[in-house]
Amino acid sequence: MAAGVAAWLPFARAAAIGWMPVANCPMPLAPTEKNKRQDELIILNVSGRRFQTWRTTLERYPDTLLGSTEKEFFFNEDTKEYFFDRDPEVFRCILNFYRTGKLHYPRYECISAYDEELAFYGILPEIIGDCCYEEYKDRKRENAERLMDDNDSENNQEGSMPSLSFRQTMWRAFENPHTSTLALVFYYVTGFFIAVSVITNVVETVPCGTVPGNKELPCGERYAVAFFCLDTACVMIFTVEYLLRLFAAPSRYRFIRSVMSIIDVVAIMPYYIGLVMTNNEDVSGAFVTLRVFRVFRIFKFSRHSQGLRILGYTLKSCASELGFLLFSLTMAIIIFATVMFYAEKGSSASKFTSIPASFWYTIVTMTTLGYGDMVPKTIAGKIFGSICSLSGVLVIALPVPVIVSNFSRIYHQNQRADKRRAQKKARLARIRVAKTGSSNAYLHSKRNGLLNEALELTGSTEEEQHMTKGASLIESQHHHLLHCLEKTTGLSYLVDDPLLSVRTSTIKNHEFIDEQLFEQNCMESSMQNYPSSRSPSLSSHHGLTTSCCSRRNKKSTHLPNSSVPATRLRSMQELSTIHIQCSEPSLTTSRSSLNMKSDDGLRPNCKAAQITTAIISIPTPPALTPEGESRPAPGSPGHATNIPSATTPNIVKVSAL
Amino acid sequence: ADSGDDDVELPTIRHQPEGLEQLLAQTKFTKTELQSLYRGFKNECPSGLVDEETFILIYSRFFPQGDASSYAHFLFDAFDADRNGALCFQDFAVGLSVLLRGTEQQKLKWTFDLYDVNKDGYITKEVTLGDTGGLAGWEHPDRDLPAPCVPQDMLEIMKSIYAMMGRCTEPALGASAPAQHVELFFQKMDRNGDGVVTFEEFLATCQE
Repeated sequence: MAAGVAAWLPFARAAAIGWMPVANCPMPLAPTEKNKRQDELIILNVSGRRFQTWRTTLERYPDTLLGSTEKEFFFNEDTKEYFFDRDPEVFRCILNFYRTGKLHYPRYECISAYDEELAFYGILPEIIGDCCYEEYKDRKRENAERLMDDNDSENNQEGSMPSLSFRQTMWRAFENPHTSTLALVFYYVTGFFIAVSVITNVVETVPCGTVPGNKELPCGERYAVAFFCLDTACVMIFTVEYLLRLFAAPSRYRFIRSVMSIIDVVAIMPYYIGLVMTNNEDVSGAFVTLRVFRVFRIFKFSRHSQGLRILGYTLKSCASELGFLLFSLTMAIIIFATVMFYAEKGSSASKFTSIPASFWYTIVTMTTLGYGDMVPKTIAGKIFGSICSLSGVLVIALPVPVIVSNFSRIYHQNQRADKRRAQKKARLARIRVAKTGSSNAYLHSKRNGLLNEALELTGSTEEEQHMTKGASLIESQHHHLLHCLEKTTGLSYLVDDPLLSVRTSTIKNHEFIDEQLFEQNCMESSMQNYPSSRSPSLSSHHGLTTSCCSRRNKKSTHLPNSSVPATRLRSMQELSTIHIQCSEPSLTTSRSSLNMKSDDGLRPNCKAAQITTAIISIPTPPALTPEGESRPAPGSPGHATNIPSATTPNIVKVSAL
Repeated sequence: ADSGDDDVELPTIRHQPEGLEQLLAQTKFTKTELQSLYRGFKNECPSGLVDEETFILIYSRFFPQGDASSYAHFLFDAFDADRNGALCFQDFAVGLSVLLRGTEQQKLKWTFDLYDVNKDGYITKEVTLGDTGGLAGWEHPDRDLPAPCVPQDMLEIMKSIYAMMGRCTEPALGASAPAQHVELFFQKMDRNGDGVVTFEEFLATCQE
């Protein structure tokens, strides 16, 4: 119910007392108002700007954020106000909605920003008042078109789309000639042949020279063979093109029904019909008519010209205005023709022999052509003739601006689309740089973290401090997240920059080696070794100078998600200890210890051992650490504490992030 | 709504209510209650006056299925104590005060006034032949009725109440249902059987 109505509700309920004496049945009990508070002012602090309103104002719409208990999540105990970290300008409109019951859309506001705010506050855009609804819908539609445009151009320009079938590549080549040189060649060749075909049609009829017999022949008949060959060549090219398009079309049925395909067919049909038909006298008349259709080949140019397409689209969208124009013109023509006919009936040798004959005069006059082949001679005829020409100007001038404005709108839209496409390249390049920047940062931090480890183990603390760059909290947490993902999947991020990946692999610390390569090795080995959980195929891995945890990795690739928290915890702890061992050259010992403690292969991320910058230091209970190697373990935590992550044994939960 | 009239009337007429103290004296509301009442009222009707059409519109929004216009009309008359064709805040507040905070007698008096459509002090039930079928035995041709075309208080009220229900009711509404209801009412109320209900009879019956 609207706000205003809600204000009258208590009144209506009171007035219901009037029903009581006449009621047949006893009245139901009134609902009790639980904790009826005295109406109070509440303060809404939106990014520093304070709005105040009555609580009941907000409660008029209980299914929005402000009207329900959801706003309690934003209550700030210290200042006793509701704090929203959102745009205060838009909030003004939203609060006014609660006050007046009408939601307005300010014109200066960006449509997507406004939509986001509405979604945040739980208000449906459909309740925008009539005054602003039109504007809102228009802007929304423009935005949607722009998004669609962007998507389309994205799809069109995705050069590296893998595994497109031959048919699809062909279709794309046809639709967008810039995708490959072959497509471009095809585009220009067809364009050339269309031009040739149209020019031959035109030149065919030019009289060129005489033939003995004093008869002037058109070129078409004089050089009949040449023209016929030219025509045949063009038609063959067009037919081939049409068939290729038909083959490549994703939806053949839809393609056949499309306008361009119909034009194609109409362009080549006359030739084939002409081939089929004999030189019969009866049908030659019809045959001549068919040749007229050859001129439709010129419409094939619309594939080559965007302007033509826009024109066609404009005409289509102005169909109603055009229809109105036609209708009103017809009405006027009939009226004036009738009047002129009867006015000129009296005059002798009048050209206005019938009303249909007067149509010609009326049309010529209304469009202000004035050929002069038919002129009124009587005075009445002249008077009506002048009225006719004056009104013609008006009637034609009316719908034309509508059509023109439509054309202008569509044309500008297209221009904007082109501009956006041009700008998009630059934008995408910038975005890509930013993306690689962030993944570079991640790899940097990995490297730095590991170097820190190494440095710490070798005992030099000064350099350690030097190495830990002040990565922001968010960055470090983000990197931790990426790292966990790497560990989970057993893959690692590679940056586009080949130089960078090479650099990472040359780092002494062998954990960092190209993990993908490493994983491949593990996969191969795991295939063979899986059934035997503990069989010492260490020897096979001995050769690998890679991570100590190759055995573990084997298992992890097969049992990625089967970690039980307890074992995981333990393994995490193991891993943190193992790490220390790994960095020492004695690989064998660590492996064996590994084996001895290995659980039933439920070992998720052995690679986690490689990085303990993030994985914390669990204060490992002595019972679980092998062979007293727990001592060094706190060493790594000591280092890792500068990264604020949870240090509780609950590290296993990703919520530690 | 004939917006033409509204354009002429409402913007030029603005009404300010009497002071808060006066209203406090006239009604039984507390100051804060009056304040919040007025805020709601002023929000809806910035000009300070509610004319009958707007009133009917507002009231009809509560009863979307039926036609609340006739009952709203009676309500409007009941509230419009000074008979000036528009409800000002004072009327509104005084009326509400009676309904919400008044004594039982006051509430019943208010209800009686509501039923007494022609405000002559009696609730009549005029029966014209052929109008309300099936009420044989209740014909009182010219007892207390001043003129044959006195509006039938109770029947009108009843019809308007039933109209608010609309057509989709369970059980389905018969055309004679209001009349039957009126008859029941009079059977209960009209003690001396003179065809009209005075306030005393009304009070007595209701307080039983």
